[in-house]
Amino acid sequence: MTAAIRVENLGKRYRIGAAQTKFKYGMLRDVLVDMVTAPIRWARSLTNKQPLLEDQPNYIWALNDVTFDVEEGKVLGIVGRNGAGKSTLLKVLSRVTEPTRGTVTVRGRVGSLLEVGTGFHPELTGRENIYMNGAILGMKRAEIESKFDEIVAFSEVEQFIDTPVKRYSSGMYLRLAFAVAAHLEPEILVVDEVLAVGDAEFQKKCLGKMGDVAQQGRTVLFVSHNMSAILRLTEEAIVLDKGKLLMRGPSQQAVDYYLSSGQAQAGERIWDADEIPPNAAPFRPISLRLKDQKGKVVDTVRSIEPLTVEMEYRIESPLTGLRVGFYLSTMRGEYIITSFDTDDGKQYEKFSARDSGHYISRCILPADLFNEGRYMLGVNASSFGVHRYFMDENVLAFNVDISGAPGTQWAEPRQGPIRPRLDWNIEKVE
Amino acid sequence: MTELVKHDPTTIYIKPSTGLTALNLRDIWVYRELVFFMIWRDIKVRYKQTLLGAAWAVIQPVMTMLVFNFIFNGGITKVDTDSNIPYPIFSYTALLPWGLFVTALNQASRSLTSNHNMITKVYFPRLVLPMASVLAGLVDFAIAFVILIGLMVYYNVTPDWNVLWALPSFLLLAIVTALGVALWLSAINVKYRDVNYALPFLTQFWFFITPVVYSASVISEKWQLVYSLNPMAGVVNGFRWALLGAGNGPDAALWVSVGISVLVLVSGLYYFRNMERTFADTI
Repeated sequence: MTAAIRVENLGKRYRIGAAQTKFKYGMLRDVLVDMVTAPIRWARSLTNKQPLLEDQPNYIWALNDVTFDVEEGKVLGIVGRNGAGKSTLLKVLSRVTEPTRGTVTVRGRVGSLLEVGTGFHPELTGRENIYMNGAILGMKRAEIESKFDEIVAFSEVEQFIDTPVKRYSSGMYLRLAFAVAAHLEPEILVVDEVLAVGDAEFQKKCLGKMGDVAQQGRTVLFVSHNMSAILRLTEEAIVLDKGKLLMRGPSQQAVDYYLSSGQAQAGERIWDADEIPPNAAPFRPISLRLKDQKGKVVDTVRSIEPLTVEMEYRIESPLTGLRVGFYLSTMRGEYIITSFDTDDGKQYEKFSARDSGHYISRCILPADLFNEGRYMLGVNASSFGVHRYFMDENVLAFNVDISGAPGTQWAEPRQGPIRPRLDWNIEKVE
Repeated sequence: MTELVKHDPTTIYIKPSTGLTALNLRDIWVYRELVFFMIWRDIKVRYKQTLLGAAWAVIQPVMTMLVFNFIFNGGITKVDTDSNIPYPIFSYTALLPWGLFVTALNQASRSLTSNHNMITKVYFPRLVLPMASVLAGLVDFAIAFVILIGLMVYYNVTPDWNVLWALPSFLLLAIVTALGVALWLSAINVKYRDVNYALPFLTQFWFFITPVVYSASVISEKWQLVYSLNPMAGVVNGFRWALLGAGNGPDAALWVSVGISVLVLVSGLYYFRNMERTFADTI
């Protein structure tokens, strides 16, 4: 077996906020001044010791000393939170940006689905865009021609193939864009979050296509927030956090590691100020807690008791239309519940406009709801159709213990995430 | 660790580049089809949703020529065209390469910023973008050239055989110059959008030091060499000589123009390649 991708001590450094310190407005004038004064600073630096690369302020390492390799024909999953360095890694691998340190050796053509539809021009027809997009992705004209019919069939836009794509619906546009990218047939395919787009039917097709690619013995790097997709499509995964590679292992292990890392123990997640993205303002999450019947913060709940989800937050200036809610999903990333504090009509009237202040939105989940297992709580604070202030789908993991639940007299796992206490009526007819 | 097969032709090594980057022009050859597709896209899209369409390629130089003819051919002042060449054809012959040059600069210097979504998402040699923008101007040039042929027939001007090699050569010089300047401007534009504001001023200034409305022969002998530091002066003189038989033809001054032009192109290539590595991060 040979390595299709070998990444060695890879580092990528970005400047953050450098414009504020070095060049006030990033203007040519400042650069000219900088150029003139450069020799003086250089002379000075000969006497003073320069700070090390790591210690310089205003830089962050989006990737830091990442080393791994992928064997030919393997599908490797990449998981990590937002800002963990996943996209940067893919950008370096697909040669969009240069690394700051380290080396990558890639055998074969890298096809990236970083974002489908690159180079699509709204004025060009579907047909023209297929050729254009194919060329940008590195396909030869003959190659595009030979696959043209297949691409069109896959995209399901046959009737509109000679219509400018500006007249397409967003779904058609995406289907066409994905179809071109999916037929690129590179030796190495890099996929990032494409599964988040399109309708369910189309997503299924995309996953199928990715599976085909893997079966043909080509290498796939797959980045997703969808843990069930990671589990389904990959055998191995790496976990990235803050630019570092935390672990590599079989997908199940990596997903468990990812989901359980970073969360507070004991059923509470408290946000530090630096963990809140600036565009969350004026909404500021404080904590998310899970409480049992007695009001104790817990990370394991009994299924036969009700449990309470508490979201504590501050609003720094009055907001209208805000709704704060949670997602509840399985560890495989399948949603079970999405609910908001103003779903109820009366609550909505009362709280659709909220003053600034300190709030707790509390929701009681009834007893006898969940099956045994581990679940994930996520948070969403948004104004519908206006702005999503804060969202994190993987905040807090908790366990459900089913002792005493209906059906536990049989020691067998029951299928499905919910296990409600249902009324059965047995009637003897004869 | 598995063993990597060395010297595989398809193996790509990605590492930080240091110092002067190799030009790697072979990459352009590999992506030559993309250059053609980009040119084709530029042409297809350029006159979309316009009423007059490709007629604009003719309207612009013809209208400019008519205005110049009014101002400089007796209407306001009288400019001396050597060898008694009619002023309309004298200025139109210069307007063709000049228009090509200005269009190329305008399109190419914006080519990277207006395709930023491509640059941040896919790898391809970035040189493709300014190159395609410059070359796409050739289509407008060809359309406008038809009018020149009409003018030559009308004024009964017949070029000699030299035109067969001279015209393509001077056209090449115009393209090399335009590409060289465009490489500098487009790469700077990625980081400093000042280029957008400086460009109209730059082209206006350049217009005055290029013999479009006047004849280069008005420049006194001792300044001729300095004047030819502007490669576009060489191009315009060359066009007039090749098509109309005006002036003395290729001389030492032309080689200065050629030298400058090549210098700008080569330095532009190196500057562009050097900046290329941070395009995706700074655009």
